[in-house]
Amino acid sequence: MLRKSLFAFATLTTALTFNTAAQAEEVNIYSYRQTFLIEPLLKAFSEQTGIKTNVVFAKKGLLERLEHEGRNSPADILLTSDIGPLFDATEKDLFAPLSSDIVNQNVPAQYRDPEGRWIGLTSRARLIYASKDRVKEGEITSYEELADPKWKGRICTRSGKHTYNLSLIGSMIAHHGEAEAEIWLSAVKENLAQKPQGNDRAQVKAIKEGVCDLALGNSYYFGHMLTNEKEPEQKAWAESVNLVFPNQNDRGTHMNISGAGVTKYAPHPEAAKKLIEFLTQEQAQRYYADANFEFPVRPDTPRSALIEKYMSNFKGDSINLQEVSAQRSAAAKLVDKVGFDN
Amino acid sequence: MNTHLISSSTKSFITRPTGASNSTGWYISSWGAALLVALPVLAVFYLALFPEENIWRHLADTVLPVYIITTLQLMIGVASFSVIIGVTTAWLVTMCQFPGKRYFEWALLLPFAVPAYVIAYIYTDLLEFAGPVQGFLRDIFGWQSARDYWFPHIRSLPGAITMLTLVLYPYVYLMSRAAFLEQSMSLKDASRLMGCTPWQSFYRISLPIARPSIAVGLSLVSMETLNDFGTVDYFAVQSMSAGIYDTWLNMGNLGGAAQIATMMMIFVVVLITLERVARAKQKQFHSTDRFKAIQVYPLRGTRGILAFMACLIPILLGFIIPVILLLVYSASHLDQFFTTDFLQHASHSFLLSGGAALLCLVLAVLLTYAKRLNPKRIGLTSAVRFSSLGYALPGAVLAIGVIIPLAAFDNWVDAIMRSQFNLSTGLLLSGTVFAVMFAYCVRFLAVATGAVDSSLSKVTPTMDMAARSLGMSPGKTLLKVHFPLIKGGLLTAMLVVFVDCMKELPATLILRPFNYDTLATFVYQYASDEQLEQCALAALLIVLVGIIPVILLSKSITGTRSAH
Repeated sequence: MLRKSLFAFATLTTALTFNTAAQAEEVNIYSYRQTFLIEPLLKAFSEQTGIKTNVVFAKKGLLERLEHEGRNSPADILLTSDIGPLFDATEKDLFAPLSSDIVNQNVPAQYRDPEGRWIGLTSRARLIYASKDRVKEGEITSYEELADPKWKGRICTRSGKHTYNLSLIGSMIAHHGEAEAEIWLSAVKENLAQKPQGNDRAQVKAIKEGVCDLALGNSYYFGHMLTNEKEPEQKAWAESVNLVFPNQNDRGTHMNISGAGVTKYAPHPEAAKKLIEFLTQEQAQRYYADANFEFPVRPDTPRSALIEKYMSNFKGDSINLQEVSAQRSAAAKLVDKVGFDN
Repeated sequence: MNTHLISSSTKSFITRPTGASNSTGWYISSWGAALLVALPVLAVFYLALFPEENIWRHLADTVLPVYIITTLQLMIGVASFSVIIGVTTAWLVTMCQFPGKRYFEWALLLPFAVPAYVIAYIYTDLLEFAGPVQGFLRDIFGWQSARDYWFPHIRSLPGAITMLTLVLYPYVYLMSRAAFLEQSMSLKDASRLMGCTPWQSFYRISLPIARPSIAVGLSLVSMETLNDFGTVDYFAVQSMSAGIYDTWLNMGNLGGAAQIATMMMIFVVVLITLERVARAKQKQFHSTDRFKAIQVYPLRGTRGILAFMACLIPILLGFIIPVILLLVYSASHLDQFFTTDFLQHASHSFLLSGGAALLCLVLAVLLTYAKRLNPKRIGLTSAVRFSSLGYALPGAVLAIGVIIPLAAFDNWVDAIMRSQFNLSTGLLLSGTVFAVMFAYCVRFLAVATGAVDSSLSKVTPTMDMAARSLGMSPGKTLLKVHFPLIKGGLLTAMLVVFVDCMKELPATLILRPFNYDTLATFVYQYASDEQLEQCALAALLIVLVGIIPVILLSKSITGTRSAH
């Protein structure tokens, strides 16, 4: 009797312990991506796995926080909207290699670290937006042509030091070398219609307003503008431009990624692995494509209808993103040197 | 008339009577507090001195001169306009009688409740090409594109100067109004008897006496300008704080960023020194006759209308228009208010700001009073001044300055506990609410010390002498004698810090715990993506919460005079 009840008690305790353990399972995320973009995904993840997600979002400083918190950091995952911080965190040895067959199967090698320290989750192209009225089709076909004096006073862009532009300039350095990239950049600077300012959407708006004729911008903004019901005037901005995918005849259009890495001292490495695997699965990939107009990294996930309509079949630059990232600091110095933002 | 000029013999008398041990306790604890608050600043110095990759040469050759010149232009512009608006309106509502004066007394403080980044977003929406103002002009004149006409560009240096002036002039208004209210009427009477016109009496008597307070207000304005990031970033103005972010985030060089931040602190040291020089030249105390009611100049006809307009315009531009636009934007998102999320963000904001304001006040009183007790110890005075350097650090750099010592402390404790007891304590302070409050304290202690110091310095030392010779300890003197006299000043200090904390953004973003949003971080998430409508309600709440202390503040200042 006693033995029986002891056994029952033990089973009960074990069950309880397991239960609480299952409930207490969680994953902590430092996110450079805005909360409202990832919240629905995290919710779906929690529903499927029972793992709770905790998030700190900031546009800067999280990498430094992770670094100084060291081995006691509560963070399991660093989530970014650009290759830059992924590269820096890898350089600073803040990530642990992730070995997951699911991830390796879902994400093409071009979009992940060979050792699995960072993993790309979505990709985007950096396009040239060209005025429908003032730029003929085929009049510009490459990034290099932005330096042509015929565009004097006709180009708009955000700050040369914004991370998206740094990656683009970094890719110019990677392909052409620093000296040639500098000549190119200072010629582009000469062609600017106004001091670099605003975000990518603001550049398209400037085209609509007649301030300039060409602008640099990421691909997903086009989808956001074209479907914006809250600010319908953005549809008019998008409708005033043609999309140019530069360098289709040679290396292809510059690509960037959003991605993630599991931290070196992650307290919940298993949960972190599950979350990253989840983010590379069909459902999450499809969400990125539909809700944020990004390109899924998974080749077999269909792109959104809108993207299919405007952006199908272009050639992306297949250079390894690590090579581009390695030039980002040199790119930033070039921007200072030619006074691009002044 | 009882205006005493303090002499060195009376100064030291304050510290003499009841044994050295008492004031030594104050001395030591204030040193401790000053050092604690200075830790993040020291951490930034450390980063500047030992960068991973030194790019100082590159910065100096390329962008640094631009940063410095732009910053100087911005500071001089904002400071000049703030003094003109702040002092003029303070004088008008204190010394003159004209329509609406009673309302202007507190309404002139309202723009203080509006965060600079919010006003920048709003005016860009209003004045840019696609905005209603230019659209209206195009409709009237039949212009087609931006190339057909000229319109002032809101995203520019003059635009940034305007935005910052609109929300920062209340500092100068607040300080100079308090000073005008506290001035002895007999001085003014005497000057008028000797044949001064009202203007001469203002220039020769009131203004010089108010100068120390104006200097305090002005130095706060300048420092806020120096570390503003939201506005300069949005307007693409290349100031030093924009340069710091740039160097850190885009060049990935934290050391270089810390070097620029260190240079910026040199600016602040210059500012503080200037303020001190302005204050040190004169000290005067009043005892009884401040309680005589102020005799005001009646302004009638055109002069009354001019005074009315002079007070209305800053309020209209700095508060009424932005708030109306926020109301319009938020009208479509009113349901948001009733979500638990929203209420939780609000409660987080209150908790953090309230806690930090209280902590700041305690530290400010400690430091200021210890200084009063030990006027001859230069070291302490410098330490107090050093502790206010945090005010000059841009929020994000400050956050890193906070992370470094806190994480070092946490990891040190953890290592000891592991080796001694095989027990991991993890991170005790980092990533907690405490880290955020600590950052607020480091950032805004200068505001609190400035306000407490300027109140306390107006209490005549004869009070200390009397209390101490009657056998009161320094602590008791503070509680029984000074507190009742400087209550208004303490309340001011606390409320100003509270409102500042409500608006603080970059440090909050980086240091906050998991799943923790405040109103400001919520606003930022959308506003930074140029989706102001989504967060107009939260922005409005920050503004409204800011108004409550502003009104209390104004009441308490007026009360210092009229209550008697």
